[in-house]
Amino acid sequence: MKRKLSLILIASVFFFTGCATTQQRLLDSESSQVQLRSIQTRAFDTTDKEKTLRTVMSTLQDLGFVLDKADATLGTVSATKLKGYALRMTVTVRPRGETQLLVRANVQYNVQPVTDPEPYQQFFASLEKAMFLTAHQAD
Amino acid sequence: MRKVSALFLVTIFLITGCQTIPKDALTLSPESLAERQMQTRKYETKDEGKILSACAGLLQDMGFNLDESETKLGLITSSKMRSAENAGQIAGAVLIALLGGGATPVDKEQKMRASVITRPVGERGEYIAVRVTFQRIVWNTRGQVTKSESIIDPAIYQEFFDKLSKAIFLEGQEI
Repeated sequence: MKRKLSLILIASVFFFTGCATTQQRLLDSESSQVQLRSIQTRAFDTTDKEKTLRTVMSTLQDLGFVLDKADATLGTVSATKLKGYALRMTVTVRPRGETQLLVRANVQYNVQPVTDPEPYQQFFASLEKAMFLTAHQAD
Repeated sequence: MRKVSALFLVTIFLITGCQTIPKDALTLSPESLAERQMQTRKYETKDEGKILSACAGLLQDMGFNLDESETKLGLITSSKMRSAENAGQIAGAVLIALLGGGATPVDKEQKMRASVITRPVGERGEYIAVRVTFQRIVWNTRGQVTKSESIIDPAIYQEFFDKLSKAIFLEGQEI
């Protein structure tokens, strides 16, 4: 009996501390910066930044997002999807060398950052189709 | 006893376990093609700026305030706050109160958002495609979110594009 109780106690402590404390969430530094970038970034063999941004925007609309804002000079697009939950996404496009563009996406699900690779893979799979180009792993 | 501790564990898990993103949140749904068609019309012109400004005028006609725009990418986003009170819900709440059920929260206000994207299509870019998407968030009298959703009603999109055709005509006539 005692053993069981202590097991429950340990388990609950583990669950309670599973998420970072409130202030640490500002910089979300518990995940690896390099790993996060590789999950969120893909390279495309094109240099047409404007067309890429426009394709990102229509892909986001296809996925049920409503666009919040876009900036052609900075190369950023932000959008929100509401479906009982709130999914907010920012996509940036910047040149990489002479022949490629880097597309990076980051997603927030309700009040949490999305660090799981799968949703990003799904997003880039849809973007690939719309771009008629292959998304290369960036590193 | 075992049941109780199992229940306890499950409760703790539910309270503290971080929620995860739904599996289909970033995949194309089977309806996405139909939705795209419903939300898109194309106009035979090369003048993207003219179409975009007609869209801005139309959103104003419909009481939206513009939040952001980027002409280089063909984007306008807008929103409006409106009442979300509905007679049926209020009547229900009054009935519950009369039966001694206390105060029930009812829907109070809603934020409605619209964003319009234009882009050149066709082999020589001889058309401008316009796609509009709407969504809304509803709050109740206790300030809680009761609905957050995309608005997928073909009649709304039909009306939007009927009005857009008129707006493009009006601006062509400089009215």
